[in-house]
Amino acid sequence: MQLPRHWRLNKQRYALEGEVCTHCQAKIFPPRDICPECGEEANTPLTLSGRGQVYSFTKVSQPPASHEEQAPYTVALVKLDEGPTVTAQLTDLDENQQPVEIGMPVEMVTRKLYSDGDRGLLIYGYKFRPLIRQS
Amino acid sequence: MIKSNPDDILIAGLGITPVGEHWDKQLRTLALEAISAARQDAGELVPEAIYVANSLAPVLSSQTQLGALVADFAGLRGVEAYTIQAAEASGGAAVRQAYLALQSGRIDVALVVGVEKISERPSAEVEDALVMSGDADYEAIHGVTTAAQAALLMQRYMYEFDLSQDAFAGFCVNAHANGANNPMAMFQRAIDENKYAKAPMLCSPVNMFDAAPIADGAAALVLTRAELFPETPSHPRVRIAASSQATSTIALHDRQDLLTFNAAIDATNKAYALAGVQAKDVQVFELHDRFSIFAALSLEACGFAQRGEGWKLAKDGSIRPDGSIPICTFGGSKARGDSCGATGVYQIAELCLQLQGRAGKNQVPDVQTGMAQCLGGTGATAATHILQRIDGS
Repeated sequence: MQLPRHWRLNKQRYALEGEVCTHCQAKIFPPRDICPECGEEANTPLTLSGRGQVYSFTKVSQPPASHEEQAPYTVALVKLDEGPTVTAQLTDLDENQQPVEIGMPVEMVTRKLYSDGDRGLLIYGYKFRPLIRQS
Repeated sequence: MIKSNPDDILIAGLGITPVGEHWDKQLRTLALEAISAARQDAGELVPEAIYVANSLAPVLSSQTQLGALVADFAGLRGVEAYTIQAAEASGGAAVRQAYLALQSGRIDVALVVGVEKISERPSAEVEDALVMSGDADYEAIHGVTTAAQAALLMQRYMYEFDLSQDAFAGFCVNAHANGANNPMAMFQRAIDENKYAKAPMLCSPVNMFDAAPIADGAAALVLTRAELFPETPSHPRVRIAASSQATSTIALHDRQDLLTFNAAIDATNKAYALAGVQAKDVQVFELHDRFSIFAALSLEACGFAQRGEGWKLAKDGSIRPDGSIPICTFGGSKARGDSCGATGVYQIAELCLQLQGRAGKNQVPDVQTGMAQCLGGTGATAATHILQRIDGS
């Protein structure tokens, strides 16, 4: 069980908190403290909107032991509206109605990622669902 | 004509063991098999340092400190020894560390052994271990597998270049045809495009034939400087003309361009410059085809094809032993089998056999210059070596 490891990433897992580089304005997620664009220091927090598009995706049917109970599940690279790309599962899919495709608009939701070990620490974090249009 | 310099680093001996499920063998016994074969091939040389290439022993075999373990078990108790870990690029990384030690002059004879024991655990637990080569906090946590990462690449590649699955069949057909002639290969049966097309999906669009089997294996090399290894009549001498390594982002989502293996580009360009050669001079390329898409992206990264066109070299047969750029001439990871951290050592040993004319039925005629490249994770690490045959005086 890795309690501190998960606790310290709460802001990223629950709120997609990244960073903005004050030198070149690049939006960064996950936080990395040195801007990948300009190489300057970057540690100003920025909460991302959680909206984006599917950049690539696949369905996992032979999962690692840690995620066996969820299989099969869809994993995607989601390109966020602000720029960064994240790896995450897609959820709340109705593939008969709306098959997953590259370019599909999605939005972040909070879901259970997996349970850690026999003691069953539940790890929550971001997944993405098809964007529900607001009227 | 390539002449030798006294400070050239030579491959003095090599040892390859069959890739497969060796239930009856420990990691140490597997390593010893490869070491014994390599030392026999190298003649009288006694290793002064051991570089063990391994990625998964701490997780799958509950064993660290493989340097001391292997040195002791191989009858070399007392020599300095290390584990070199760069995920699936460990093999190439270990050869590079040995190369640098020999170049420094502080070590005269170095032994590299790549060894991996996969069959210790059920496949879901092996998958848990394999995904550790990605970003634990931002990739593995979401249930991504190595096949899923390859699928994310392949899906995007097919989308951007408007390709269907059959574009990749040639990689698999070539690998299995070559594996059929390699007694050390895990799969020794040729397949055709039809069989590829009917393969069950593993992680769409990656099918069962797009993914290399991960299995037990060990391979070893004895390296020394030319001044210490006199010409022998048995087979031509082979030198490491260039050794390089580079890294890219560990997480796929952090790549500026998902479909470019930047580490492979950087390592290969460095190697070309060091050896004074270009892509057109490379006669055999042992690339890391852990997934079909890796083969296509490696060919593109190393200057054999334009972006989005690596698959064409498989389609038109250029990658076959009789083609313009033969790859995976012993079956590659796909048919020989992928022993994770040992793969880079297998590749260099196989390439050496090609240069020495010892490659058997898949011998490419008169190979003077060849390249081997292994990739860690989804191309986060690339280790590239260029080997050349030295012509006798």
